This record gives sequence, C-alpha cells and structure tokens, in this order.
Amino acid sequence: MSTVKPGYVRPLDLRHGRVDLSHGSGGRAMAQLVTDLFAAAFDNEWLAQRNDQALFAPPPGRMVIATDSHVVSPLFFPGGDIGCLSVHGTINDVAMAGARPLHLAAGFILEEGFPLADLKRVVDSMARASREAGVPVVTGDTKVVEQGKGDGVFITTTGIGVVPDGIHISGDRARPGDRILLSGTIGDHGMAVMSKRESLEFTSDLVSDTAALHGLVADMVAAAPGIRCLRDPTRGGLATTLNELAAQSGVGMAIDEAAIPVLPQVEAACEFLGLDPLYVANEGKLVCICAPEDQAALLAAMRAHPLGARAAAIGTVEADEHRFVQMRTRFGGRRVVDWLSGDQLPRIC
Amino acid sequence: MKYIDEFRDGEVARGLAAAIAREADPARTYNLMEFCGGHTHAISRYGVADLLPANVRMIHGPGCPVCVLPIGRIDLGIRLALERRVILCTYGDCLRVPASDGLSMLKAKARGADIRIVYSAADAVKLAREHPDREVVFFAIGFETTTPPTAVAIRTAQREGLANFSVLVNHVLTPSAITNILESPEVRHLGTVPLDGFIGPAHVSTVIGSRPYEFFAEEYRKPVVIAGFEPLDVMQAILMLVRQLNDGRAEVENEFTRAVTRDGNAKAQQLVADTFELRRSFEWRGLGEVPYSALRLRDAFRAWDAEAKFDLHYTSVPDNKACECGAILRGVKHPRDCKIFGTVCTPENPVGSCMVSSEGACAAHYTYGRFREIPVRSAA
Repeated sequence: MSTVKPGYVRPLDLRHGRVDLSHGSGGRAMAQLVTDLFAAAFDNEWLAQRNDQALFAPPPGRMVIATDSHVVSPLFFPGGDIGCLSVHGTINDVAMAGARPLHLAAGFILEEGFPLADLKRVVDSMARASREAGVPVVTGDTKVVEQGKGDGVFITTTGIGVVPDGIHISGDRARPGDRILLSGTIGDHGMAVMSKRESLEFTSDLVSDTAALHGLVADMVAAAPGIRCLRDPTRGGLATTLNELAAQSGVGMAIDEAAIPVLPQVEAACEFLGLDPLYVANEGKLVCICAPEDQAALLAAMRAHPLGARAAAIGTVEADEHRFVQMRTRFGGRRVVDWLSGDQLPRIC
Repeated sequence: MKYIDEFRDGEVARGLAAAIAREADPARTYNLMEFCGGHTHAISRYGVADLLPANVRMIHGPGCPVCVLPIGRIDLGIRLALERRVILCTYGDCLRVPASDGLSMLKAKARGADIRIVYSAADAVKLAREHPDREVVFFAIGFETTTPPTAVAIRTAQREGLANFSVLVNHVLTPSAITNILESPEVRHLGTVPLDGFIGPAHVSTVIGSRPYEFFAEEYRKPVVIAGFEPLDVMQAILMLVRQLNDGRAEVENEFTRAVTRDGNAKAQQLVADTFELRRSFEWRGLGEVPYSALRLRDAFRAWDAEAKFDLHYTSVPDNKACECGAILRGVKHPRDCKIFGTVCTPENPVGSCMVSSEGACAAHYTYGRFREIPVRSAA
C-alpha cells in the first residue's frame, strides 16, 4: 500500500470565504472552485468530462450563435440576479432567430474580494435558469481581477441553437402593412433594478420580468412560420428596438400609445423619476413583426403562453424613407419615438 | 394611474382643443411663450401642438435650467474636478452640456475627473459625510424650484460642520429672465418676436407664488397663465390665454391652483432669502449678462461657497458660432432655423445646450417633433 499521503485541500468556505487571486491563477485553488462550485452547480455530462471544450455532434439545420456580456448593479434585484439574467439574455438572443437554443458557454470575470457566498448564489441561480430552460452550460472560463478592477462579477455567456427549416426571421424583413406585436408589459425589469439602486431606492413590489423566451418563440413559430422579425427589447427599451428594426428594414412605424401595456407601478415609478417606460429595459419581452394575416394566430399563440399573456398588437409598419417611429399619444397627438440618446436621466425642474 | 391619467385624458383634450379652435379668432394669431422646459417637454411628448389651430403658436422659452447655463460656468466645475481633484456632484442633465476644449462633464469623467450624478442636493451632503478626506462640491443649478433644496444642503453642512463640502452656485431667477425677454429689442421695438402672452412656470410658481408675475401683466400688458406640467394643464392654459387676449385683458391667472397660491411657499422663500443674495449680474446662455438674475451665497456661508473656497474666477466663453441656441432661447428662432440642427448638432453630439436636456427646445423638437418638417403624407 502506498504511503504517500493524499493531498488535502480544505473545502471551499462558501459562507465566509472570498474570491482571491489564486482562484484565477490556474492552480489547485482554481481547480477547486471550478469543481466544487461551477461543475457541481451546472452538473452535466460535458462538464463532467473535464475538458477545456465541450464536444457534441451538431444537429441538422442552420445554426445560430449569440453572445452577451452581463454587468448589472445591483447584482441581486427583485425577481432575479445577474446569474439567471445571463442565461435568459443569451437564450433570448438565440431564440429571436426562431431558433431552438442548444448549449451555453459561460465566462466569469470575478473581482478579488467578492464573497464566495454571493458567487454561489449567482451560480446556483444560473444553474436553475439553465435547467428550467433545458439549455445546459457546457463549457466555461473563470478569471480573477484585482480589487477595484471589476464590479463583483461580470458574466459573458454564448449560446448556440438551431433554426428549423422554413423559418426566416431577420430584422430587415419588416414590410409596409406588417403588424407590430408586443408580448407583454414594458419597463418591469429596468424599474425593478432601479428601485434597488443606491441613492434612488424606493419601495415597490415590482419584480424583473427576466425569463427565457424560447418556449414562447417555439409556440409562435408553430402558429405562424412566416414571422418576419423578432427581437427582445432589452437595453434602450421598446423605443430603441423599434428604431433598430425600422432602420434595418428601411421602413417607418406607427404605434399606438394606448395599446402598449404598462404596469401601473412601472408607470408611477417612471412618472416620479421623469423617465419614459418606452426606453426602460426589459428582459422577458419580445417584439414580433408579422404579415397582417398572421396577426390573429400569433396573438392567440402568445396569449396562450404564460410569458405572452398580455400580448398586444401595438401598431403597423409603414413606408417612410425617414424611418421614423411615430406614436399616436393617448392624448390624441402624434410624436416621434426616437432612439435613446445617452442615458435616461431624471428631469431637474 | 390615479391623479395622473385625469390630466392626460384624450377625450378632455379633444374638448379643450375644440373650445380653443372655436374661440380663437381666425383673423389674428396668438403667439404664446411657454417659459418652462417642463411645458416644452409636455407639449412635445404629448403632441399638444397637433391639437391646436394653426393660428395658435407656441414659442419655447428659456426656462430650461441646463440650457441657460453658460459654457464658462460648466468650465469652472470641470476644472475643479480635473485640476483640484474634488468630487463634483451634479444633476444628470449637466453631464453632456458642451464646455470648452471639446470637453463636457461626461468627457472629463472619462479623463479621470471624479464627477458623480446625484438625484438631490442631500445626496451630495451624504457623499461629503462618507468621504471626509475628499473635497465634495455640489454643482447647483436650476431656477427657484431647486434653490431651496440647495439651501437646505448648505444649512445641513453648516449644522454638521462639514468642512469638506461646498457648493458652486448657479441658481437663476425666473422673473429676471422674463423681464429680459420682454425688454429685448426683438420683442419691444423690432417686433420680430411677436409675443402675446405667457404660460407661467408650474413648479417654480409653487415656490414663488403667482404674485411676481403681476408686474409683467400690468407693466408689459402681457397675460400670464400659470399652468401645471400635465398636457391638459397646458391646453387649459392656452384656452385661458386665448380668452384673455380676445377680451383685451392682461392678467395673471392661475390654472395650477392645486399647487400654486398667490404667495407661494413662504418657508422656502425665507430660507432662500436667508441663505442667498442677488448677484449684481450673471451671464445666461442666449440672453447674455442679465442684471440681478442669479443668486450667490451670503457671506455667512462663505465657508461653503466653492467660488470663495477655491478662488474661482468666471471667464465668459463664447458659444459656437454656428449655434443658434441664443436666438432660440430668446424665442427669435425656431430649432429648424438653425443650420446645424439635426446635422452637426444632435442629442448624441450636442453643440448647443438646447440639444442637451430633454427640456431643451432643440432636443424636444429633435426627439419628438422632427417629423412635422416632412411634407405631410396620408396617415395609415
């Protein structure tokens, strides 16, 4: 029997421990963090192979790939955290091509001193989101930066998916006469995060709408394979997404303010901060542009899905060489809904 | 939403629009200036102009705190942050205002200046408390609405003996600006700016009351209707102005009775009077030097006056030559008259201050109203 003592590694102190530089240096400490925290949480056959890459046979069909870096302050907010957000965000980017998401890769940049307990919370939340979505995190990477050079944790996720035959969804396919559909209330995520910002903190029961939308997209694609455009209105809000699509397709849009669903809490919070919900971020909503004849089937499919229960038709695509997005206000006038410029700021006066 | 939707009701708006159209005399024009950026914003955001007959014209006034701030004042703040390494606290709107040397506070921040957005003057005091080893300067801007909170911040700093806190005061006064416009040659002699009446400030008037406007109504024979910032407030005020002008009256009327009284907020006025005194003259962007139009700290508060503490001296810096902000702020020109509007000058790269704040005439027009410049096409 060998007399060599087995190497003892003190278990990770997930209660009081903190990330230090050795967790990113490639040695035992890093291996331990990967095994005991990341691999334990994500737990799948690819990670179990302990390779630097995940190996799988590509399914037939066209593939899509999308990547998204996540920085959010605060890291934990009502209704979610940076962990589930990083899973949902990338799944949604993949799904907006009409694709079925298959796998995720995750890169972490950790700041020295970040509590391991918080890291575990984040990773567990990611793992839960990925399991619920049925899209495993199959490979990843961790780096540690010195204190002051990060903001706790940054997460970049990359996702791949496969697009069913006959589906051609792209931001440049909107045509005059098409209808604009929205899957639900806008501004929930942005205002939920803002309600917890230091110096702005206000009491509200708002929760982020962060969610993976590929299930909803699958139902929509099944109902109307001819969908022209899909996009999730994240940063910059609905207004920015509509402007992106209008610019890409070379069309104008006319939307109806009264048709856009907004929760009263979001409206109230926007009101006292002087913000416009049209520009506030969402993490679980999508905009769909379709031919007029597909509108009824799509709305029915969306409303039958829990993430599309409040789906609404909010406007039409128009011919407009200026590519303006215009809105009929509830007040009865018209105005341009422009790109967001800079950040939305509370008004002074 | 309760207490908000009532003031944005499209049905009521159509009723008011019909009344304005019915009562406005087609034989004349009604040139009405909304003084406040808040009104400019409401008019643009809700499309109020669409509901008015062609002979009722709205002229955007200079009541946007960021827009009237001259470059030299922003420079003072930037230099404090860059050269004296203070923590400069400011309301978010100030960040993108163009300053000298191609800088703005936002760009200075990217060059290492410690500039922080605060939502209230009290947050700046809190920062000073949290950073006793740093100088914290609050860049105070705004009309009478934001002046009392600045006074409270200074009183708090005094009470707590916060020696590392000071304020760069840029507070300006509404009545002086209105007088300046009414006295301008364009309005008085040349007649290039026809000005028939004013929509008076909402929030400013909650502090100063409606009494200060009585002078304009009487002296200059211009009706003033104080109005709230909701679109129906604005519509109602327009109707009231049309009626005054039809009757040949020039009175101060108060549409915003739910918040404004004749005497205003006496406690706030007293606090401001005890803390600040008038500057002999102050430069406004667009209006130039305006006598007795701004405030500075009284001597008793010199210890918290950044200008005294850091020995700051104001230097006037001319605006970009192509920029028409000055004329626009005086109501002489419309944003579309400016050659660089929407080309060189956009909200992303503002040349003039009116393009910065969402309350600025150019930004409001660019963001909400540009499509009116396009030949009308049939609505879908």
